[in-house]
Amino acid sequence: MKYSKRNDGRKFDECRPMKAEVGVVKNAIGSAKFQIGKTVAVAAVYGPKDLFPKFLQKPNTARLRCNYNMMAFSGSGERVRPGTNRRSKEISMVVEKAFEPVLDLSEFPKAVVDVYIELIQTDAGTRCAGICAASLALADAGFDMKDLVCAVSCGLVGDQVVVDLDKSEEDFEGGAVDIPIAVLPRTGEITLLQLDGEISKEDLHKAIQQGKAACQKIYAVQQAALRAKYGQEAKQ
Amino acid sequence: MISREYIESLITQHTRVDGRKFDEYRKIEIEYGISAKSAEGSARVKIGNTEVVAGVKMELGTPFPDKPDEGSIMVNVELLPLSSPFFESGPPSIDAIELSRVTDRGIRESKALDFKKLCVRKGEKVWLLFIDIYPINTDGNLFDACNLVALAAIRDAVFPKIVDDKIDYHEKTKTKVPLTKLPLACTVWKVGDTFLVDPSEAEERAANARLSVVFTEDGKICAMQKGGDFPLTEEEIMEAVHLAEKKTKELRRHFT
Repeated sequence: MKYSKRNDGRKFDECRPMKAEVGVVKNAIGSAKFQIGKTVAVAAVYGPKDLFPKFLQKPNTARLRCNYNMMAFSGSGERVRPGTNRRSKEISMVVEKAFEPVLDLSEFPKAVVDVYIELIQTDAGTRCAGICAASLALADAGFDMKDLVCAVSCGLVGDQVVVDLDKSEEDFEGGAVDIPIAVLPRTGEITLLQLDGEISKEDLHKAIQQGKAACQKIYAVQQAALRAKYGQEAKQ
Repeated sequence: MISREYIESLITQHTRVDGRKFDEYRKIEIEYGISAKSAEGSARVKIGNTEVVAGVKMELGTPFPDKPDEGSIMVNVELLPLSSPFFESGPPSIDAIELSRVTDRGIRESKALDFKKLCVRKGEKVWLLFIDIYPINTDGNLFDACNLVALAAIRDAVFPKIVDDKIDYHEKTKTKVPLTKLPLACTVWKVGDTFLVDPSEAEERAANARLSVVFTEDGKICAMQKGGDFPLTEEEIMEAVHLAEKKTKELRRHFT
């Protein structure tokens, strides 16, 4: 089905307005809020601390443990039952993997670093907003990182390749394909990729290219948020 | 970490860690509609460094057999490990359960919400309000913060549209949830031999006892809860109630 104009008037390769803020949870060692359109994610980092049970410990480095959660009132329909479910567990796992290549925790063998991601309001793209917030929170915490991680959903709405799908686009009656990706902005490498829907090879390629380009814009927003807290330090 | 001895010694010198008076709250901010896209009503409350958010989600359910024409509320507080190094993941702790129940009681017993107005069809369909509260940053006084944020979120709430006996969550009506009273909570804490309000986390750890008192605008008490390991005398309870009455009158300003 044809999708010729986006509901909110955006260009097809345009993200929704973004807002990022670092240091929003005073108790945490690092924290951030990331908003894209109406999706709002908060992330906070605690640790490194001792990890139990012991068999989970890694001898040479710390374990990164992510915890993705939607607040009960943040869904688009009925109340989300509190507690973990299969979806939130899977997302937590893929988010951990998205940070694995950039985060160096070898200074803290056998320890654990916890990242908590909470969604306050959702309009699709929650895991991507969560990753953008977590990336800033980990940087705020001061861990060694080779790069930030930027994430956005790209895909297909009807017959049109788009980036940053909102809920109305995900639910498009003519069908939609949702491809969340996480990108390392300096190298362009991809650390998270999921897809559900039906798409041709050509459209997939185009979607990934547009997603990568969008991540550069997200990167700029993240850098600005870090600069706002740390001034010139973050420029290097 | 700030020690109990330090806090107690300051109190004998009539002061507190941040220089506040014993009956002085930190700066309170209330923001509405923080999850307007998702929730039927939502709010954020900051008391100093303590920040909590709440959302109201509404569902249609069957009424209790003994109250066929009444809707109901359910208050749930989840102590997110995101908000404090002292909270852990897992099933709700007893602290979370107590907070949920005390917050629920204040609203329910004051009859601030007319449950009969939440009836859609007697014996068949009533509105259920789920009020979910989450701390974002915890620095003491969650009892009062949860009470404030729950009321703010309900005040913000509008009914969603009913289409063919089902809720269309994408269409909100203009009808506000009928909140007729504001049952405000003030928790009075006994540290050493002194009563104070709005403690920081460190002050809470140094406290011997606490008493939460919920007042409506007509001066009626509608819920109470004593906590802590130490007893309170009759005189102390009345002193705490008196202080709570004075402070809830002041808190009311934030809702005009």
